[in-house]
Amino acid sequence: MHQVLVVEDEPDIRHVLRVTLEANGYRVIEAATAARAEIEARSHKPDLLLVDLGLPDGDGLNVIRKVREFSPVPVIVLSARTLEQSKVEALDAGADDFVTKPFGARELLARIRAALRRSPRGERLSTELVIGQCRIDLAARSAARAGEEMRLTPLEYRVLETLARSAGLVVTHRQLLREAWGPDRPEDSSSLRVCIKNLRDKLEPDPRRPRFIVTEAGLGYRLRLDGR
Amino acid sequence: MSEGRPDPDQLLATVQAEEARARRGKLRIFFGAAAGVGKTFAMLEAARTAKANGQEIVAGYIESHGRKETEQLLEGLEQLPPLAVRYRGIVRREFDLDAALRRRPTTLLVDELAHSNLLEGEPRPRHAKRWQDIEELLSAGINVWTTVNVQHIESLNDLISQITGVRQRETIPDAVLDQADDIELIDLPPDDLLERLRQGKVYVPEQARFAVDRFFRKPNLVALRELALRRTADRVDAAARAAFPADADSRPWLARERLLVAVGPDAQAEQLVRTGKRLADALDAEWVVVFVETPNLLRMPEAERNRRIDVLRLAESLGAEAVTLDGPSAAETLLAYAATRKANRIVAGMSTRRGPRAWWRPSTTTELVRMARDVDIITVAAASKAATPAPSLSSPAPATRPETHWGRYGWALAASATCTAAGFAMYPLFDATDIAMLYVLTAALVAVRLGRGPSVLAAFANTAALNWCFVEPRFSLSVADATYFITFAVMLAVSVVVATLMSSVRQQTRVAGARERRTTLLYRMTRELAATRGLARLPAVAVRHVAEVFDAEAVILLPDRSGRLRPPRELPLAESLREADIPIAQWTFDHGRQAGLGTDTLPAAAAVYLPLQAGARALGVLAVRPRNPRRVLLPEQRHLLDTFAAQIAAALERVQLAEAAETARVAAETEGLRNTLLASISHDLRTPLAVIAGAGSALAEHGDELDIETRRRLARSIQSRAGQMSDLVSNVLDLMRYESGRVTLNRDWQTIDDLVGAALGSVEQRLEGRPVEIRLAADLPAVYVDASLVVQLMVNLFDNIAKYTPVGTHVTVAAARAGDWVEVAVEDDGPGLPDGDRSRVFDKFQRGDAEGTVTGVGLGLAICRAIARAHGGDIRAETVPAGGARFAFTLPAAGPHST
Repeated sequence: MHQVLVVEDEPDIRHVLRVTLEANGYRVIEAATAARAEIEARSHKPDLLLVDLGLPDGDGLNVIRKVREFSPVPVIVLSARTLEQSKVEALDAGADDFVTKPFGARELLARIRAALRRSPRGERLSTELVIGQCRIDLAARSAARAGEEMRLTPLEYRVLETLARSAGLVVTHRQLLREAWGPDRPEDSSSLRVCIKNLRDKLEPDPRRPRFIVTEAGLGYRLRLDGR
Repeated sequence: MSEGRPDPDQLLATVQAEEARARRGKLRIFFGAAAGVGKTFAMLEAARTAKANGQEIVAGYIESHGRKETEQLLEGLEQLPPLAVRYRGIVRREFDLDAALRRRPTTLLVDELAHSNLLEGEPRPRHAKRWQDIEELLSAGINVWTTVNVQHIESLNDLISQITGVRQRETIPDAVLDQADDIELIDLPPDDLLERLRQGKVYVPEQARFAVDRFFRKPNLVALRELALRRTADRVDAAARAAFPADADSRPWLARERLLVAVGPDAQAEQLVRTGKRLADALDAEWVVVFVETPNLLRMPEAERNRRIDVLRLAESLGAEAVTLDGPSAAETLLAYAATRKANRIVAGMSTRRGPRAWWRPSTTTELVRMARDVDIITVAAASKAATPAPSLSSPAPATRPETHWGRYGWALAASATCTAAGFAMYPLFDATDIAMLYVLTAALVAVRLGRGPSVLAAFANTAALNWCFVEPRFSLSVADATYFITFAVMLAVSVVVATLMSSVRQQTRVAGARERRTTLLYRMTRELAATRGLARLPAVAVRHVAEVFDAEAVILLPDRSGRLRPPRELPLAESLREADIPIAQWTFDHGRQAGLGTDTLPAAAAVYLPLQAGARALGVLAVRPRNPRRVLLPEQRHLLDTFAAQIAAALERVQLAEAAETARVAAETEGLRNTLLASISHDLRTPLAVIAGAGSALAEHGDELDIETRRRLARSIQSRAGQMSDLVSNVLDLMRYESGRVTLNRDWQTIDDLVGAALGSVEQRLEGRPVEIRLAADLPAVYVDASLVVQLMVNLFDNIAKYTPVGTHVTVAAARAGDWVEVAVEDDGPGLPDGDRSRVFDKFQRGDAEGTVTGVGLGLAICRAIARAHGGDIRAETVPAGGARFAFTLPAAGPHST
């Protein structure tokens, strides 16, 4: 049974989250402040954190940074809808995904499942990816579409690999650039854009309406293996 | 001008002057012929009477000179304590202007109108002269009574110094006297005055005893008394004329006469100006003092040229218009100017040149008399005893000599040598006289190219070379034929004449070029100011131009909300004036008058401070510190600076008005939005709230009695109504944010493909059953936008389709390039838009279906428009001819760098 730490100052929301999560088979630990959150994260070693960005005794961002110092545990951010910039900051600080308030239970649960899949404990990422009709072997650097062999550039492999490592979760532009282009790459979103377009042309059934490599406007991209 | 019929501007000016006068304090002057006639005494007596009648009267400064009678009269009057001013180790009592302004009595007595303040004293006075202090008191609405003697009046100054032999240095402009509301002549027959003098009742400073003995002689006193009486009578006359100015029947609108006073750089100039003033007064004429800058004058030393600054300023202080012209000949220029200004008299100084010099180079006056047609020339004799020439007020700049170009002399000699070489080539074939012609040509060419000095040298060298090499006997300087002397003389004369002409032409070109340049610069600044948007950038543009034109440092000081001037926070330009004196600038701003360098107020300052006036209101202050004070002291430069200030003020006013209008518009729109929002909240928020509250209480109170299906239905309505409210609240918040302009666009380069894909991805379920076709042009450029906002825009459009069209409707998304823009269109073949104004669908709280089943408050399209406009684009709605609606919006494809 997975253990989820809910960091949220609003008691009603904490309660709703507890009810929803427990009904779906998770164990819930609650923390109302940033300080409490750090203590709970160290002592209980939860499998996942749900962090509200607006906390009374400090930014939720600080919680994420603190936790990242000692643990790679997946973190999902709860944020108010209008704060686009703070979402990017949270993701770049090490959060794995975000859910916008107000959120539906179904959406939240789907995100939690995706994040847990990514986690080292539930490591199930094979080197082989299946995207629609395409099969890509990331280790062997080979790809095929409907059985027919297809060429991907080394850069496209690296981008795809980065996306696949966080499959189902959002990956920010900066993370992609850092992973695929290297740490000293200046912010060159146009080459990233071109690369994503090429990947879609090669992998998507309808590149105009991408179902697998999805744009999160203003944030980054998300690889949806189920193609929903 | 006022020929012909009443000029509306002039009538307006009269009305404004009367308004200003009503607010101003009244000036009453006790006017006398000489010291000792009893002006102060009369003033104090009048003050006591007025005080007895209940008026508030305060003695600001009274010079009793230790006289008992005067001191007795002062008793019982409130007196302002004098200001102690330290000056060269001694302490002097002076009038305390600030104390008077603080006290603000109805009427203030200030003795000695012509007094000069101690400019070097500590604390430093605000104004150089007491009449300026009084001017400020009057502007503040305080009535002032003061005293003055006739010999202090500027226009009579030299006349009186000729009569009495004593030069009066403390003078007041005639305008002060002319604008006084009340003048009381204190008259005492000369015999009585002399008697009082003998009795020791007239105060005489010890060091001036000798001058006083010369001054207080009966013929002098008679003349002074006559002048005082005449001046007062003139004033009464003028008042009578002013009382019936606009009476068209009795007094047709006559063209006022105009008088030109021609002044040069000589010592007679000041006398000419004063004479001009008296003539103009006598003729009731406008008068213009003209200085003609000829090439000859340009060669004069700096100090002498600076004298004209003083002369022209004197003229302006006496009420003349001061003009500087330039032209090759003073007389011609003057006559041409007289014709354009329709002046019918020219006043000029009588020539002092005699003998052959007068014949060879006639004076300007002589030429004027010779050439004048339809213009009277009035010549004024020079004052017999050149009463101590006025010392120049402006600091004498070191005379700059034209730089000597030794290289040119070298070239001149080289030309001679070349010519000589050519001469040797020609010699056997041609005669020496022919070769001489070649030398003349060389001398002329040298004169044209290299100037006077080198050409004279070339002439001598040519003469010597011709003589030595080609004239018999050859290779000696002796001359066999006397006719060669003529050749030499002609060559020398040609060189000098050509060189002189050339240097005149060059000087004139330089002068004209400088003017041309200044005019162009003014035009350039005006044009750039007109193109400048925003209050933040305007001062920098203006400062850059002023600094360039006047070779100065400059700064524009703007007031904060409380009207205090603040130095600008950033001084981005090298030309910015960093040490602007804020108190002086503040004074300028508060009074709307110029101060600092070259003005009447604090003339010792390093910079000049000009108010930026828009109507009666000052918008700020322009401070200019020229590297060379001449750049702002010369009257025409001064006028140019005034013109710059006026242009800057106009631009400032334009920008401020535009910003005020924008603020008002935004405020009005916000207010309108708030009202509509409040109105709609009653319906669109209360309905879901009622459902939620009802369902919630049913579940809480009767949950046990309800079956599971009913409970679930109640919970589902809570869920869906809460979702609706959430959407509504986010929409309202978003809209407010976008429209307030506070949202910062997180722009980046995006492809339309990507944006459309992302938008369709998030509305997939809602568009279920409505096939979407994407038609994007092949050459679509990237757009520079905030991706999440543009996706929201498109999501709102798709939402709209989901709400208002039946299942099975076809949707098309198309995009095409349009110049620097990309136009994206979302089209459907559904029922189309309601009739009427298409653009109204973008208004807030507009709903396609007034009270139907569709949920939402109708903010979606308003948000679309706000987003499009935040990017600089726009959105429009159309009906497709075949049926259906089409929404098209534009996005910018141009950004900081195209990729």
